[in-house]
Amino acid sequence: MADIDATLAAHPPQLKHHFDDTEQQLESSTLGMWVFLLTEVMFFGGMFGGYTVYRNMYPDAFASTSHFMNVTMGGFNTGVLICSSLTMALAVRAAQLGSKKTLILFLIFTLILGFVFLVVKYFEYHEKWVDHHIPGPGFRYEETRYFHQAQILFFLYFAMTGMHAIHMIVGAGLLTTLIVMAARNKFSALWYTPVEMIGLYWHFVDIVWIFLFPLLYLIGHTK
Amino acid sequence: MSTTLPHAPTEERVNYLNADYGWQSWLFTTDHKRIALLYLFSITAFFFVGGAFAVGMRLNLLRPDGLFQHDTYNKLFTMHGIIMVFFFLVPSIPATLGNFLVPLMIGARDLAFPRINLLSWYIYIVGGVFALTAIVRGGVDTGWTFYAPFSSTYSNTHVILAAIGVFVSGFSSILTGLNFIVTIHKMRAPGMTWGRLPLFVWAHYATSLIQVLGTPVIAITIVLLGLERILHAGIFDPALGGDPVLFQHLFWFYSHPAVYIMILPGMGVISEIIACFSRKAIFGYGFVAFSSVAIAVLGFLVWGHHLFVAGQSMYASMVFSFISFLVAVPSAIKVFNWTATMYRGSISFETPMLYAFGFIGLFTIGGLTGLFLATMAIDVHLTDTYFVIAHFHYVMVGGMVLAFLGGIHFWFPKITGRMYPENWARIAAIIVFVGFNLTFFPQFIVGYLGMPRRYATYAEEFQVLNVLSTAGASILGLGYLIPMIYLAWAWRKGPRAPQNPWHAKGLEWENSPSPPPTFNFDEQPIVTEEAYNYAGEVQVGRH
Repeated sequence: MADIDATLAAHPPQLKHHFDDTEQQLESSTLGMWVFLLTEVMFFGGMFGGYTVYRNMYPDAFASTSHFMNVTMGGFNTGVLICSSLTMALAVRAAQLGSKKTLILFLIFTLILGFVFLVVKYFEYHEKWVDHHIPGPGFRYEETRYFHQAQILFFLYFAMTGMHAIHMIVGAGLLTTLIVMAARNKFSALWYTPVEMIGLYWHFVDIVWIFLFPLLYLIGHTK
Repeated sequence: MSTTLPHAPTEERVNYLNADYGWQSWLFTTDHKRIALLYLFSITAFFFVGGAFAVGMRLNLLRPDGLFQHDTYNKLFTMHGIIMVFFFLVPSIPATLGNFLVPLMIGARDLAFPRINLLSWYIYIVGGVFALTAIVRGGVDTGWTFYAPFSSTYSNTHVILAAIGVFVSGFSSILTGLNFIVTIHKMRAPGMTWGRLPLFVWAHYATSLIQVLGTPVIAITIVLLGLERILHAGIFDPALGGDPVLFQHLFWFYSHPAVYIMILPGMGVISEIIACFSRKAIFGYGFVAFSSVAIAVLGFLVWGHHLFVAGQSMYASMVFSFISFLVAVPSAIKVFNWTATMYRGSISFETPMLYAFGFIGLFTIGGLTGLFLATMAIDVHLTDTYFVIAHFHYVMVGGMVLAFLGGIHFWFPKITGRMYPENWARIAAIIVFVGFNLTFFPQFIVGYLGMPRRYATYAEEFQVLNVLSTAGASILGLGYLIPMIYLAWAWRKGPRAPQNPWHAKGLEWENSPSPPPTFNFDEQPIVTEEAYNYAGEVQVGRH
């Protein structure tokens, strides 16, 4: 018992009792985060799989829907997310250097960009609502022969971008937590694991959008 | 430990059970051993709920014209399936014995993420509450497979509640798997190389891979199903332009690998028991270890054998059929190697070993009948008959439940610090074995003769076999109740267990007291030998 008490006493404050050293703890967190992102890939993968199947079944109907997607808003949002990935990366860099002010600044930038994305997304959803492009009994489609097939694309559009938006909202909550933690001096150049982990999460959510944008918005524009 | 005691100690030392008292010390614990017990009590409760539905089904099938209304019968088999699969079998061994033993076996003080471990139990309970609410409010009748479009459009039962239950509880499974993967990679004691890991740990590593890669797919499938049901918009319903076979593909992409979530941990338990009670190292350790991983990998490539009659392309079916045969190879390797381990071993017949014998025989029957079903032409005849029911109950009950009971008995002294009554336990093991075979063997015959599953009524010539099956189920039920009683008694009143009552190898027996202290070991263990080094031990008179 005495052996373990001595080990505990020697622990740095952020080191959990069941790890031998901070290196082991960091490696565990990192591996855990990557495994979690793997589950996220599989989660979105189910929808991308469904998309692939239906696009192969109904290529013309799917192509026709892109005339009703707002490419300007989608393109703008793509830019917003790429910038937010940059600010997130800079936040991690600031954390590595132990610079509290820069860290908080870049986290706030990232958060603001996340909000901009969600606000634009809201206007896009509203546009779909006005155009009766929400799947369900109220669904209308201009090219009536594609009524059912186009509805499936819009179903996938709302499922995929909706899941993505939920991930953005969760990310915004995590960023807020990070900002509070940083303001309370929880991080140092020696320990900033949460910043790095949430950074990985944020980049993942951005990458999902990078796939969603061309697959949902740009498929009919080659004609 | 240098002062040798002639008998087991009469005074309890500080351990994980008596370190702290009160409900808060349990509900807010981050100790993997206490969380394992929380899971153990929860899954046992769900096991009896699911069992109650089975009692209803077997009662109904006593008479060819049935006992209950047909709608009621549909709900009985659906809720039996949902509860048993998602709330008992999937978490059964990993969340209880796995949670308790993985850190102990690799020489770690806890899992890598203790708070996530506790979170997983709460998520499981929330999922369970949704499922129970669905039951209390009138149940579900879609079958545990939730096939669209019946589940999304036509069923007027509580599909959404049950689906939320399955969706939520899936995350508990994901978090357990994630925790195991990281723990096994990063937390092994000095000297505990991958080649020295107990096979129980290998089995849990393979299981975790499936949990992490498969479960998210069922989660998103359920989300799409729920959206279709709520929005009345087509994604799987053919009347709305959707493809119901896509649902089946997505569903079985998880649910077939999930079958291996439900058997691999059992195989891990059996490896430990066979080695201990044969006093020999497992024959072909490397093959047994890698066969677990092979089952996990190949298990992801066979889901199409559930769709042979669903309109899947014949060529796809041929590939799926071939890979389904392939997955039998690693399973067979395990059975052959366990048998070879026992050859010229010094075998003794304690209760865990009786369950292991049962497992080997019943799993072999369950596995070989699986090959019938993997053969396309035969599957056309046997699909959706009682042959399929008998096949997967031989694997799930004859395999996993027996392994679970064997494991609970084997590690009971470690978990509770008490011994169970050996004679009662042996009798119960035999009752379970007899009851199980009487329940399910007639179902092979009745299914082969053409009795379909999921019907409340049947042709009169099948009555004798169905009555036999119901009689067997009564015996099986008794076999489950007896251990409940004597294990509960032994936990309070059983004789105190020494540290290593079976003289077994492994860190949990050799380096940790019974019950273990909160941090598992008094000193950091250092591993210097291969797993199951029974040959190297000094032969002390054990009997």
